[in-house]
Amino acid sequence: MLDRVESVGDFSMFAFGVLGQLVSGRPRRRVLLETMYVVGVGSIPVVVVTGVFIGMVLAVQGYDSFHHLGMETRIGSVINVSLVKELGPVLAATMLAGRVGSAMAAELGTMRVTEQIDAIRALGANPVGQLVVPRFLACFLLIPVLTIVADTVGIVGGWVFSTQALDVNSHFYWAHSRAFVTAFDVFAGLIKSVFFGGAIALVACYHGFHCRAGAKGVGRAATVSFVVSFVAILALDFFLGLLLNTTYRLAYPQLPSLL
Amino acid sequence: MSTLDVIPDSGTAPPTATEPVSLRTVGRRFGDHEVLRNLSLSVRRGETLVMIGESGCGKSVTLKLMISLLDSTSGNVYWEGRRVAELSRAERDRHRLRFGYLFQNSALFDSFDVFENVAFGLREAGDRGEADIREVVVERLEEVGLEAEICSKKPAELSGGMRKRVALARALALEPAVMLYDEPTTGLDPVMTGVINRLICQVRRRRPVTSVVVTHDLSTVRAVADRVVMLEPISRLAADEPQAIFSGTVAEALASNDPRVAAFMQGGGASLEREAG
Repeated sequence: MLDRVESVGDFSMFAFGVLGQLVSGRPRRRVLLETMYVVGVGSIPVVVVTGVFIGMVLAVQGYDSFHHLGMETRIGSVINVSLVKELGPVLAATMLAGRVGSAMAAELGTMRVTEQIDAIRALGANPVGQLVVPRFLACFLLIPVLTIVADTVGIVGGWVFSTQALDVNSHFYWAHSRAFVTAFDVFAGLIKSVFFGGAIALVACYHGFHCRAGAKGVGRAATVSFVVSFVAILALDFFLGLLLNTTYRLAYPQLPSLL
Repeated sequence: MSTLDVIPDSGTAPPTATEPVSLRTVGRRFGDHEVLRNLSLSVRRGETLVMIGESGCGKSVTLKLMISLLDSTSGNVYWEGRRVAELSRAERDRHRLRFGYLFQNSALFDSFDVFENVAFGLREAGDRGEADIREVVVERLEEVGLEAEICSKKPAELSGGMRKRVALARALALEPAVMLYDEPTTGLDPVMTGVINRLICQVRRRRPVTSVVVTHDLSTVRAVADRVVMLEPISRLAADEPQAIFSGTVAEALASNDPRVAAFMQGGGASLEREAG
């Protein structure tokens, strides 16, 4: 129990250290661009593929119920609201945690085990500034872009499957979608994604930095980093969703709300 | 216990400003595992101090304490007579640049090529132009016997001996006043071991550097040591016995009556006999 409390404290100190380094200096341009390439461009294929399938799955699962009520053209609103508010950001974040987060934990863990992190300190540089800041910035800045990609391909996938395979009328599909999906929904999804991205980078780098010795330690750092990131994504999703909904209702009290 | 021939280390006297690094009754534990206890040691300016001892006796940890990559859990580390624990973080970071550290497995940055590895510290210092940095990098690589053509290679493409030499060039880039070598010849063939031993001596001839070498390798001890210090694993120490059980020249170490020192200096045979009782 005491260990848990201690690691929460350690993690907080680590996060503050990262913030301190973010403020005090800019990372090397080349390192930042390379990291952004890996995080951003490298993640696009997997986000596109999963995004398309999620859009189509929503269409498959929602169609029967709506068809039963004779309201199948409204399926677009359900698919698109779910995508931009929840599934797009969570999907992009999960892919990032799985593809990039665990790789970061393993890479930094290997650097820890092979004394490269010590070498950075011995050469007068700050390892957090050198290693964590570029990774944090890349995740933080690029996850909204990945979320937009996931949203877009999900929307297209859901639309194509609904109109081509399930014979839903395209005009009404979009008309209902437009009526239900607001700019705030899209915005809320993007806001959440930024928090997801920051959390993934911090969790992955923290576990890499505190990796135990040997190949086993590195493997464990990668696994633990993914599991913790995933839990953090869902927990953040819940609390941020609650917060954003409350904010929305305070700003527009006249609008109906599910809560 | 035979400690008759132990030459008293200056380790028990108060540290002075002429000693680049001094340890006084230092202890270090990792969780429940105690690695160092009551270790006192002074590194004298300009000397080459070789630290020997069995695996796990805390030699590498001692080096990391010396450069403040680790903190001690008890006792004090001093840099030129000043207590390291009292220095601010910025002061520590600045002073650390006076040290060069050759890591056990070279610890080259995998994602950088050789040039960027050697240039790393120079770039961090931030006071040199690109042309200047290139000049220093090529000079250091030449010093360790490597051609400039190697610059564009990644560490993974190099042999163990070449990696070690690149790491040495990187450690020397900022002209350190103290060089710390962590098992510089471990895992190398006898020829490369000889090359590294000669380089350690050459580094010292070319500049007024103080060196601390941690090794198991008797050829390194004979080739480079001005003074030998032997650490004993704490599991075998008497309760109040200092951890540095021997300090003296190579000749004195070879002639030592202490069975623990003799066992180490004359190879493994005596050690096995001792284990057998």
